[in-house]
Amino acid sequence: MASYRIAVLGDQDSVQGFQALGLSTFPVDTVEQARTTLHQLAKEDVAIIYLTETLAVDLERDIARYKDNLTPAIILIPGKEGPLGIGMSNIKKAVERAVGADIL
Amino acid sequence: MAATVVNPTRMELTRLKGKLKTAQRGHKLLKDKRDELMKQFLDTVREVRQLRTQVEEELMKVHGSFTVASALMSASAMGQALMYPKQSVELEMSFQNVMSVNVPTYHYKTRTEDEGDIFPYGFATTSGELDGAVEALGSVFQSMLKLAQIEKTAQLLAEEIEKTRRRVNALEYVVIPNTQESIRYITMKLDENERSTTTRLMKVKDMLLAQALEEKRAADARSMEDYQARH
Repeated sequence: MASYRIAVLGDQDSVQGFQALGLSTFPVDTVEQARTTLHQLAKEDVAIIYLTETLAVDLERDIARYKDNLTPAIILIPGKEGPLGIGMSNIKKAVERAVGADIL
Repeated sequence: MAATVVNPTRMELTRLKGKLKTAQRGHKLLKDKRDELMKQFLDTVREVRQLRTQVEEELMKVHGSFTVASALMSASAMGQALMYPKQSVELEMSFQNVMSVNVPTYHYKTRTEDEGDIFPYGFATTSGELDGAVEALGSVFQSMLKLAQIEKTAQLLAEEIEKTRRRVNALEYVVIPNTQESIRYITMKLDENERSTTTRLMKVKDMLLAQALEEKRAADARSMEDYQARH
């Protein structure tokens, strides 16, 4: 069984704690930087990418590209600014996609 | 109306009947698959929503404690404290097959035996808030991993359901009706051919009979003339 890495992508303050847990953290400052890092990580042996919602706002299309792939799983986490509800609305979108209407 | 032009032959009819049977069977199977996927999916989604709410809440608390910690310590001291992780995490990924969809299951391994052994710094130079924050983050991480697993599962299932639903609809509303229409068309055409053949045969028979009668009459007339000439 191959082993994979877990990456955390976000602004410095949001990700620094994860470093202590032994995850690979990638602090980024700009959206452009985040985009290149995201695509770079997707090519590597990274199974899960935790991405802050703050960045996810501008990376929607880039995230959608990996939605149907087995790896990486891009999971949105709230940044230090607080939850923006994007993670939740993504679940809603998935339901709409599967069922055709939001039934939950 | 049949979408495609078909040859009204018996061979084509047999082929189409086979096709219809396969399509109907496939339709039933796919429908069952869709229903089961949907069931799994809805269960997963419910779990995801619950877990996500929980994780988001906990993470916010953690961010809060980090903010407090960073207020009490200088940024550089904090960066230094967290810079070299003591713990490292390796993720092992295996696959579980849910209705022919491969979904990931994650198992993670920490480098050191004790999972709680996460503080990468000595306690002398750091504030107590940081310890609390790191510890809380460590416990949230378990839920985050679970969240990653089921959220990805939900995404993959959603994709598969969409595909399956399209297939079911294509079979139900396009393939099956078209095939039935073609079968009807061929059957009618064949029946029509048969009727026209029967009619033609009857017509030919009539003509042959009329001809035979004519010949017979002519022969009779000749023999009659012969007879009268002799007597």
